[in-house]
Parts: sequence; C-alpha cells; structure tokens
Amino acid sequence: MELYSDFKRKDDISRLASIIGSEVKKPVNIMEICGGHTHSIMKYGLNTLLKDKINFLHGPGCPVCVMPLKRIDEAVEIADSPDVILSAYGDMMRVPGTDSSLIKERAKGKDIRMIYSPLDIIKIAEDKNNSGKKIVFFAIGFETTAPMTAALLEEVISRRINNVFIHVNHVLVPPPINAILDSGDNLIDGFICPGHVSVMTGSGIYADIPLKYKKAAVIAGFEPYDILSGVLLIIKQINEGRPAVEIAYKRAVKEGGNKKAQDLVNKYFTVRDEFEWRGFGNIPKSGLKLKDEFKNFDAEYVFEDKLKELHLKAESYQTGKENAVCKCGEILRGKSKPDDCPLFGKACNPENPVGACMVSFEGACAAYYKYRNF
Amino acid sequence: MNKKKYERILLSHGGGGKETSELVGGIIFNGLYGRNDRKGDSYDLHKRRNDGNSAVNISGQKIKLLEDAAVLKSPQNIAFTTDSFTVSPIFFKGGDIGKLSVAGTVNDLSVMGARPLFLSLGLIIEEGFASEDLRKIIESISEEADKTGVRVVTGDTKVVPAGKADGIFINTSGIGDVLYENISVYNIADGDVIVVSGNVGDHGAAVMSQREGIEMDVEIESDCASLWDMINAVLGGGITVSAIRDATRGGLAAVLNEWAMAAGVDIYVEEGKIPVSGPVRGFCELLGFEPYQLACEGRAVFAVKPECAKKALDILKSHPFGKNARVIGVVGNNNDINNNSPDLKGKVILKGIYGVNRLLDYPSGELLPRIC
Repeated sequence: MELYSDFKRKDDISRLASIIGSEVKKPVNIMEICGGHTHSIMKYGLNTLLKDKINFLHGPGCPVCVMPLKRIDEAVEIADSPDVILSAYGDMMRVPGTDSSLIKERAKGKDIRMIYSPLDIIKIAEDKNNSGKKIVFFAIGFETTAPMTAALLEEVISRRINNVFIHVNHVLVPPPINAILDSGDNLIDGFICPGHVSVMTGSGIYADIPLKYKKAAVIAGFEPYDILSGVLLIIKQINEGRPAVEIAYKRAVKEGGNKKAQDLVNKYFTVRDEFEWRGFGNIPKSGLKLKDEFKNFDAEYVFEDKLKELHLKAESYQTGKENAVCKCGEILRGKSKPDDCPLFGKACNPENPVGACMVSFEGACAAYYKYRNF
Repeated sequence: MNKKKYERILLSHGGGGKETSELVGGIIFNGLYGRNDRKGDSYDLHKRRNDGNSAVNISGQKIKLLEDAAVLKSPQNIAFTTDSFTVSPIFFKGGDIGKLSVAGTVNDLSVMGARPLFLSLGLIIEEGFASEDLRKIIESISEEADKTGVRVVTGDTKVVPAGKADGIFINTSGIGDVLYENISVYNIADGDVIVVSGNVGDHGAAVMSQREGIEMDVEIESDCASLWDMINAVLGGGITVSAIRDATRGGLAAVLNEWAMAAGVDIYVEEGKIPVSGPVRGFCELLGFEPYQLACEGRAVFAVKPECAKKALDILKSHPFGKNARVIGVVGNNNDINNNSPDLKGKVILKGIYGVNRLLDYPSGELLPRIC
C-alpha cells in the first residue's frame, strides 16, 4: 500500500462521506482523543465535509498540551545549571511555562537540545565533549513514547552510563477519558481512539468506554480514509445499539498490542498516585514514574533540592497558574471549541500562544488557526 | 596560502596584515579568478603588483584588484539587491553555502527581470574554520557564478573568535541590468494564473533532514540553482508576466501570502496540483510539516496573464530547471467558494482535494517537529 496516496483517494473519501451521511440519523458527537486525529480532521477538512452530520469534539490527547506549567518550570529550572544538558522533543521547546520556555532559555545560552529519538541521548552522553555533564531528558508522551524512554534507560544501564537522568512526564490515555465521562455533563456519543497508542497497548485499555459508559470506541489510523472508516463504525454501533471497542486500523493495531514494549514499560515504570493535567487538575493514576529501584536515574530525585526550592518560590509568588480567560481546559474536555475562546486568534496565536492548545502543533487551537476551513 | 601552515582559519587572517593578504590572495582571489587567469596555483598579489599586473578581466571590463571599491560601467537601469546566508550544514546534498549565496542573489535579480552582472562577496568566518572547506566554498561560488556569467567584483573578509559564528556567514549583493521592465508584485490582478517552476520544499527538507540526521529511504537533494537562464527564456518568449518571485524562506506559502497582501487580491491554489516529490511529502508527513512552507532555492513562482499560461508552461517545461512546472492556481475568486466564507481579500486559499477550502497561512515560528 502507498501510505501517502492510497488512504487519501478522492473517490474513496467521497464514497465514505456519502455512506456516513446516509447512515447518520441525527447529528453525532464524536470525540477524537488524539491530537494527531484533530490535526488530520482539520487539515483535510473532514469536519466541513461532514458538517451537520458529525460534530467533532477535540480531546485531551496532545501530550504537549496537557503538560502543566509546573512541569515546564521544572525543566527550565533544571536547565539553569552550567553542568546540565537538557534535551526534549521539538514540540516541547516552545511551550511556555510561567516565565519562560525551553526555546527562550536556549536563546539565553542554556544547553538545551532538541532530539528526535530518546536514543539520541546516548550519543550526547558518549560524546567526549560532554563528559562531566548531566544529561537530562524531559520525557513526555502517552503510552506511545513511554516504551522509547524505557528503551533509553535500558541502554543507559547496559552501557553503564551514569550521567543520564530522566524527568518523567509520561501520561496515560484512559484516566482523562474516564474523568470526562464521569463528569456526566458531556455530549459525547463515541470516541475515535488513538492509533499509535493502541499499537503499543492494544485495544483492551478502552474496555470501560463501552462497558461502563455505554459509548462507542473505535481505534483509527491518521489518514483521511482511516478516520472516516472509524467514524462509520461508530455510527453503525450507535445505530445498532451495541457499544464496543473496534479496530478500524488493523494494518497497525493488534488486540494485544506490542508485548515487548509493554514489558519494557512495566520493567522500569510504575503508575503515580496522581498527576496534574493542564485543564483537568490532578487525575488519579494518570501518569508514570520510574520505579524506586531506578531512582538514581530519576531527575526528580537527583535534582530534588533544586526543585523543592522552585516549588516553595512558586507558592509564595503564585506562579504556575493559568490565564483565567483561556478556554483550553474546556476545550480539552470537549466542552468548548477553539472558536468559543475570546483569546483565540487575537491575544492567542501560534507566535504567542497563551494556552496549551495553541502551543503544540497538534493542539486543537493550533489546528483551527492553521487550517481555518470553509 | 601555505596549506600545511594554515589548515584552519585563524583570527590573524582577519587582522588586515600579511595573513589576510595570504587568505584573500591564496584562497579567495585564486578561487574566483584563478581559473580564468591561468597564472598557476599561487595568486600572489604582491608579485602581481610588482609585475604591474593587478587588474583582472571581468565580464569584458578590466577591474583592478585591491582597490577600496570596484569601478564599473553600469547599464541604464540597474537592479540592486542583497542577501545574507547562513545554513547548517554548510555542505548539503545538492549544494553548499557558496552555491546558495550566488544563486540566491542571482535569483533575486532575475525575478525582477534583470540580467545579473556583478556581485559583492562578504565573508564572516569563525576562527578555526577549515581552510580546505573555505577553498571548496569559494570554488563553488566561482562555479555557480560562471553558470550565469555573473562576477564577484568586490568583497570583504572578517574572522571572528571561535564561538561567535556558526562556521561561516556569507553576504552577497548583486547588480543586474534590467532587461525586462515593469515586473512587479503590484501588477498582480484578478485572472492572473499562478505557475510554479518545479517541486516545492526540496531545499528545506534536504537541509533539515541532514542537519537533524533524519535518515530517509531516498536522500532528498536541495533544488539550489541559479534561475536567470530559465527566467530569461520565459520573459524573452513574449510571456506577459505580472510578477515573479523565488520561493525561498517560508516557501510557496510565504510568496503567495506576500503577493496577496501587497496586491490586495485573493489567490486560489489547488492542493492537488502543487508538485511535491514523494520523499519530501513523506518527510513532511513524518514530522508534521507542510511542504508549501519549506524553503526552495531553485524554484520560481510566476503570476502570468491567462492567455500566456500555456506558453509559459511549455517554455518552463523545456528548461532543465522547469521540467516539473505546473499551473497551480489563479488570482481572484472563480465563484465556487460559498458565501459563508470569511473576508478573503489579501488571503491565500488552498482548495483541498476533497472540495474543502482552507486558508494557507504564512509559516510562523521555528519549524519544530512533532513527537507522535
């Protein structure tokens, strides 16, 4: 299959859109959880194509968007040390913390590096010019990227590297979904579940959605054809009154997921009691941390004193608080859309993002800004 | 310049003394004019001066070296432009900073209908830069200049302490003879047809994939090229052209937005018609970029009168740099946009393959790849 064309063919898309149109009895509210889906929907104008039939609500599945200010402040604080090389994924660079962002700190001369794969960190650590430096990886992402971080740690340990530390910000998909559904006042009829996450986890993690909440849950890929196939399965579940977890992305996702990746994650990580999400507050059991036996690699442990100071300062100065007008919290819970926010496109734009959803390329506001379609 | 003695550029090479003279003579003059002059490897300025032979023949004019300014016979209407070049990596697939610094300025003159004649060359070199790399860069400047027949007639070299520059920065200014008058962004009007001379995004994707070590199945090559010959063919072919622009930083998206805003028009582009190579499309899908926002260094965008569009396309396609030329859109509403759309004057509208329209905005901020 040719990935860039076969799943985009105009004829197939038109045919699927018209089938969906004829199957829909009344407008259906579908939340796509993953930012990658939001991005594809806006880029290809699928929301406009299915206007009056499907109302897409944009969920909390952009790991950059849901990172609270406090965690970014921690990264900035850790980077503020001459013997530290802080590394992070590209889209984390621009995210504003309370006073600064990694990209601004880099401009001030801090050694902050953008990486594409956690294994790039091995190269940094083994570079002789960096001996004596502490290399800190600001690890973010859902179940998709956690195995890569675990693989980094495995490699660090096997090569006996002792100057790599991980600031773990990995989060899990199901807890915020449950939080949204538990809040009761949501309009959601069904979910498009993330494709890449499911490659790792398999489909089991969404079992609560149909069982406990009686909503449709379909795992989909990211091409226009994949997304519309997912939408069609959701409509069929609704019409037939049989909520279930289904896979519309069988070329990549297996029911059991990737066992090897899961084993790696389980070997090094454990679930935190709670983790703060931008727009949600603390959600129980929603984030990962390193197991105690690996605490010597945990940046939160190694830089404990520095971070304690930061947190004390934050309490006395009331930093780490969000802009009160910003609607990112509601957007991430599917209660508002970017257009509903008074800051959208005015005070808040990609050059000067106020809220989390504008910062990341995958955020709903950034997608609306970039692909305003009509 | 003694190769063994100076493997790397030293601060003293910028000091204005003997070493500067050796650098300018040995690497720069030799690279730029040596091949025309055939006086042997060494371009010993002191010797030349003693021999009373301090002028070189440039574009039919005798130009004296080592004067404070070049004295040129100028044409009636000149076009004058300047551009600075920084790129990482300095040597990339399809070119290097030297080639880029000539092609960039040549293209800026060419798109104004001016035959490029003279260039200035300003070098800011970081202490410790490999002399051999500088030699290669000067050589590719010379080679690229030959392709258009443009000549470097004045220049300057500075060396800054290690850590104060990223290897080498180059500035070139250029003077051109305006052969075709009245090519201007302000001429763009409703009905004009938008033509692009080839695949977009190649340079941006090539440089970024090499800089960041992103391995692709097919290595992407920069499109870096001097476009005077191709543009001259179009203009000399009797095509009524409103405006031409080379799509550099910001890519096709930036050019079209600048046009729409400057001319106060709305421009409609069909996504399915914009030529993008498979590897560049794959690169963009992988990292979440739009090919229309990546830089090109050898592509021109034309706004031509509708009756000339076909002929313009034929001329472009018969040129080696224009083989993949396409008509991609028109200026002004062609009436199939619904009335609910926002005010579109000054905007660029991308007509998607599924019939949904969206705005094609300027790129903004640093291009940062996504994580998943």
